[in-house]
Amino acid sequence: MSTIATPGGPVRRLAGLLYRRPYLRLAGLLSAPLLWLVVAYLGALAALFAAAFWTTDVFTGEVVRQFNLGNFQELWSQGVYRTITLRSVGVAVAVTVVDGVIAFPMAFYMAKIASPRAQRWLVIAVLTPLWASYLVKAYAWRVMFSGTGVLNWVLDPFGIHGPGYGLPATVVTLAYLWLPYMILPLYAGLERLPNSLLDASGDLGARTFRTVIWPVAFPAVIAGSIFTFSLSLGDYITVKIVGGKSQLIGNVVYDNVGAANNLPFAAAVATIPVAVMVIYLVAVRRTGALDNL
Amino acid sequence: MRPTRLALVAVAAVSLLAAGCGGKSGGSHHGGTDAAGFTPPKIAALSSLGQGEGQVNLVSWAGYVEDGSNNKALDWVHPFEQQTGCKVNNKVAGTSDEMLSLMKTGQYDAVSASGDASLRLIASGTVAPVNTSLVPNYADIFPDLKNKPWNSVDGKMYGIPHGRGANTLMYRTDKVNPAPDSWSVVFDPNSPYKGHITAYDSPIYIADAALYLSATQPALGIKDPYALDQKQFDAAVNLLKEQKKIVGEYWSDATKTQQSFKSGDTLLGTTWQVIANGLMGEKAPVQTVLPKEGATGWSDTWMVAAKAQHPNCAYKWFDWVVSPKVNAQIAESWGEAPANSKACALTADKKFCDTYHAADAPYWTKVHYWNTPIAQCLDGRKDVTCVDYSKWTQAWTQIKG
Repeated sequence: MSTIATPGGPVRRLAGLLYRRPYLRLAGLLSAPLLWLVVAYLGALAALFAAAFWTTDVFTGEVVRQFNLGNFQELWSQGVYRTITLRSVGVAVAVTVVDGVIAFPMAFYMAKIASPRAQRWLVIAVLTPLWASYLVKAYAWRVMFSGTGVLNWVLDPFGIHGPGYGLPATVVTLAYLWLPYMILPLYAGLERLPNSLLDASGDLGARTFRTVIWPVAFPAVIAGSIFTFSLSLGDYITVKIVGGKSQLIGNVVYDNVGAANNLPFAAAVATIPVAVMVIYLVAVRRTGALDNL
Repeated sequence: MRPTRLALVAVAAVSLLAAGCGGKSGGSHHGGTDAAGFTPPKIAALSSLGQGEGQVNLVSWAGYVEDGSNNKALDWVHPFEQQTGCKVNNKVAGTSDEMLSLMKTGQYDAVSASGDASLRLIASGTVAPVNTSLVPNYADIFPDLKNKPWNSVDGKMYGIPHGRGANTLMYRTDKVNPAPDSWSVVFDPNSPYKGHITAYDSPIYIADAALYLSATQPALGIKDPYALDQKQFDAAVNLLKEQKKIVGEYWSDATKTQQSFKSGDTLLGTTWQVIANGLMGEKAPVQTVLPKEGATGWSDTWMVAAKAQHPNCAYKWFDWVVSPKVNAQIAESWGEAPANSKACALTADKKFCDTYHAADAPYWTKVHYWNTPIAQCLDGRKDVTCVDYSKWTQAWTQIKG
């Protein structure tokens, strides 16, 4: 305590130094996050890309550190990887659309119609699923999708049979898992929309949804879709649990790391979702939605 | 413009990085070839047994290292810990490939490796030879498990044989009629059980298809399901691609397949006896059969890591798991034949060793133990090259589509 109070104490001197030299202040502030970003994040990505150009010794499984493009040639020439990529993107798009369709009315009700007291409770209700473990939720869906599960029990009286394990089950489960990540940005976005605008638009007979709500909500939809799309694109656990015999990009990466012990090829495969996300983000940037976030 | 230039710079930097780190090729290239097709790196075996290190880190198949947490009656870990002071940390692996990559992390001391992992572990220098004189119970192990191509090189043992068994066909007795006696029920495209069939999710499952083809299409001339030339390999892969249409799900996780059989989502498919035993314990109506075509199987060996941090505890563990009483207990709970000949006298079911053909050497000639496919054909053919395991793994991705 006394050191801080004493004039000319070390803390005081340090404070003076920082005041006189703004660069030092900035460096102290930014070095930790920058270190994290550059070393842990970009460094890991760079290592991943570098490894993608290596190969493994077929028999011993040791990594051979010699530059070659074999992994990418393999990815390009084998139709199966294109199929898997398209399937994964398809699942990610489907999950995003399902989440968008469910989340929009939900978020609109929360932001515009519910009383402030109800709003608080609804936000908590949306967040509660995040308290439970991902695995527990995925396994719960596995039990529900089972031939003797709840889903078939409900559908049976109507003469319908549930989809069983497969891609539809994967989409449903992922859509359930990532729904809060779509609702929350949408809720935040719609809350910014003044009620007076809605009233004015109603009075003046404008197409309220297309001309008033959508332009305001669009950046929020994009923000939510980045979450649901990227989370779905990289997922490999849900599809293992409820996907039956399907595989997605994540499974190919996992199988090559965990099963085939072919880290370089896994790295090459892992560049696909990165590339897809970059394309997606660039496309999103073009729409200008990121500027309004 | 700027982003493009930035991207170019990034690509150039990455390729430089990749090339720069090159040159140093990853260690042991197998130079000379001998009977096994490779020369393992020279690693010395432990010369004498010292004090335990207080703990041991194991990689094992499900059901090999039980501490009573799954079933109170099954606990051979706590007695070991009390006797030796070595605390057991166990990691269960679902496939041989997973074991291989776990062992390569260097964090584990010992592994219960099957034949399709053991040679790769030896060749890459991941495991060390075992000084069998430091494992007193080794003397009582069945002779037809010692010095085999999958657990030794040049007469030097690389592990302690633990047990062996066959990958049998399991079916729900209430739903599958008539009871199957052939693998055809899981390969026939018109199988009435379409959508309820399961298959093992590992490239080594290609050998199961090859084994079936060796019986049904003798013209292909498959003698060893792990030694397939390109034509035989393609036939097996095609069979599996056809099979995918009738498969409900692939399994590598023992608990997941157990749950599927219990709920009836899966009605039949390849299994391990330990899964069947678990289901029978839950009173699920299942039965296993060794089909007439024979089966693939395993002969497991406990191996010690070359860089083991707790080698003394690992050796103590080896001696413990192949001691007659414990070996009998593991074998009986798992449903495999014990490796120790004295274990047969100590099983709860006195007929156990007969049922599992423990001492029946001719029976085991019909079971094709998992092995690592290499380019040099394992069945001794010199006029063709065989398809190696990396191609098997790529084909497995193709099969699953």
